Amino acid sequence: MPRMNRRKLLKLSGAGALAARTGGIAAILASGKAPAYAQGTTVHWLRWNDFVPSSDVLLRSQIIPACAKDLGITLNIEMINGNDIQARTTAAIQSGTGPDVICALNNWPQLYADSVADVSEVAEKIGKDQGGFYAESTAVANNGKKWLGVPWCIVGAENAYRKSWFEAVGLSKFPETWDEYRAAGKKLKAKGQPIGQALGHSFGDPPTFWYPFLWSFGGMEVDKNGKKAALDSKATVESVKFAVAFWKDCCDEGGLAWDDSSNNRAFLSNTISSTLNGASIYLLAKREPDKYQTEKGTPLWQDILHAPLPKGPAGQFSYQLPMTNMLMGYSKQQDAAKKFLAWITSKPVYQAWFDSQGGYTVGATTIWEQDPLWNKDPVMQPFRLVGRGAQFPGYPGPADRRAAEVLSKYVIIDMYAKAVQGMPAEDAVKWATGEVEKIYA
Amino acid sequence: MAVSEVVSQRAFARTPPRSATTRLLEDERWLAVVLLLPTVILLGLFIAYPFVDGVLLSVTDARVGVPGSFVGLQNFESLWHDTIFRTAVWNTFVYTAVATVFKLALGLWLALLLNRHFKGKAFARAFILLPFIIPTVLSTFAWKWMFDPTFSVINWTLFQLGLIHTRINWLGDPNLALISVIIVNVWRGVPFYAISLLAGLQTINPELQEAAAIDGARPWQRFWHVTWPLLLPVTMVVVLFSVVPTFADFQLVYVLTGGGPANATQLFATYAYQIGVGTGLLGEGAAVSLAMFPFLLIVVIVQLLYIRRVEVH
Repeated sequence: MPRMNRRKLLKLSGAGALAARTGGIAAILASGKAPAYAQGTTVHWLRWNDFVPSSDVLLRSQIIPACAKDLGITLNIEMINGNDIQARTTAAIQSGTGPDVICALNNWPQLYADSVADVSEVAEKIGKDQGGFYAESTAVANNGKKWLGVPWCIVGAENAYRKSWFEAVGLSKFPETWDEYRAAGKKLKAKGQPIGQALGHSFGDPPTFWYPFLWSFGGMEVDKNGKKAALDSKATVESVKFAVAFWKDCCDEGGLAWDDSSNNRAFLSNTISSTLNGASIYLLAKREPDKYQTEKGTPLWQDILHAPLPKGPAGQFSYQLPMTNMLMGYSKQQDAAKKFLAWITSKPVYQAWFDSQGGYTVGATTIWEQDPLWNKDPVMQPFRLVGRGAQFPGYPGPADRRAAEVLSKYVIIDMYAKAVQGMPAEDAVKWATGEVEKIYA
Repeated sequence: MAVSEVVSQRAFARTPPRSATTRLLEDERWLAVVLLLPTVILLGLFIAYPFVDGVLLSVTDARVGVPGSFVGLQNFESLWHDTIFRTAVWNTFVYTAVATVFKLALGLWLALLLNRHFKGKAFARAFILLPFIIPTVLSTFAWKWMFDPTFSVINWTLFQLGLIHTRINWLGDPNLALISVIIVNVWRGVPFYAISLLAGLQTINPELQEAAAIDGARPWQRFWHVTWPLLLPVTMVVVLFSVVPTFADFQLVYVLTGGGPANATQLFATYAYQIGVGTGLLGEGAAVSLAMFPFLLIVVIVQLLYIRRVEVH
């Protein structure tokens, strides 16, 4: 597959202008080239500070000039902390002014369905050209009536684990079931090398671990139609009981106070043996081998492998963090912003950003599974297919506003946290069921 | 015609005709209105309008981007049955009460110490203000590191001193988490109490202390029967100014725990943010915020009445 470099990126102009005048977005995408806009059009794009700094550098140094050259649009990229995006979005919607495009995490587009523009034309064309969107990306960005945003990427979550430490307790590969994982974790914790998992109020690591954990035991917050709360079940109680034992036997108990960066620090400091995380631990350890070393003084990255969450009685599940670019309804640059979204998500332009991520995220469309990037580093291979089969809170029902409320109130997370802190499993489930039923009533 | 009459008539004749505005402003009632107007506009814009808007929002089912319709007291009713809200109410009262008692005790103690003459007094007074001057978010991040489950410098120190053998899970244990956020609030709030009470102490005439000493009063008696009654009005004002922001505290808990673990540190403000911004339910979020109002109103009224009674006597 041809690689995208800066020179090629900057060449994307000319024919696109004609296509825009005659055939709209479909024609731009078909031609692979972009229209030139009148000078003075500015599109304001709000997104998080990337966990891969080189991607932010690329956006500023290459994508902004390319956007000006190809579309005639001045791209104003604002980067803020991921935790602050919702507050900015709320303020922007309520005041009717702010960024034209906001890159949302999770299923936030569902929360703002009435305040975003319909970008179905752009999204459907991108999906069609690039092998279709993953189910999870569709679930969060489409409410059955329209596309609320153009899916951008999925941040993969896999277990980063210490190869040598697992080998030392007799495992040549990562455990495949929760029982095996618990058995291994027990031995590791006894050696002072516990498993590390966040169980506090933080938007990333706690939900991406505890929701699939619940699903893998057969527990679910709502039925398939999304109409009736279904958390109160034997499967949920069993999952809570297992979680309490797993926590006590295997985990670093400080995890109750961890945020999304705590497990990174703990792993890089050789205090935990395994944790569910994005690829950022491995990528950072690889980038700075002299700084991050094992207890034997060898580069830490050489002792890290990745694996998916284990299977439970009901199967193997995952919840990956999807990101979606929403075109805000109040934006006065509707046309320009749509063309920008079509351009930035088109394969040649997106390729440059995808390469800069080094596998930290996968594309929202299936075409990126085939990218040669995945052949570069076998340790990153498990991330290649994270988009497949990933589910979102609300599963097996829709990822709608009610699912977002359960998620943002940390009801599922706190159900496990309460049990770990000593509340009987049945009582913890009863409490969580009450909260979920109120939300789904 | 007397000369004085001529002069006064000429002076009167030279006075330019007064405009309608001038004539209006010469009436004290209208002048008072005009002079008060800027303050009224400012208070109206920045206090009354947001408050009224909040009240109106709390009786609707508004969501982000959706104005919503009138639902009466439904939001408050659902809060009544909300277990997380009840936890937040309890936490807020405990947080405010415990933090205020400790801030007052430590602040008074510091103020009494700083009121004495010693070398480096000016430096000590300036230094003690540091926690109050540093932006809360910044200092709270430093505390977060100190309470870190894995890398806590407090645990390390206690371990090195042989006082503990297993680490203390400061922010992970539900009881300790609330204690930890209270510790940080006390640390941040003590300087305000110390400096304000110090200012109050300095207004007390030293001759009263001397007279009491001559009459044979011991230090504790001098404090209890002379200093404390004279300091009480200032103390009440300081407590009033402290209780209100402590009750409505947000950033400290948001940074340290996000309201966790399992809502053990959830307060009114953090829960209102979680509902209003995190979930986009602006009506319910406003109701959580507004639920603070009656409690705060009672606190303010009781304290102001008490101050008035003390002043009258």
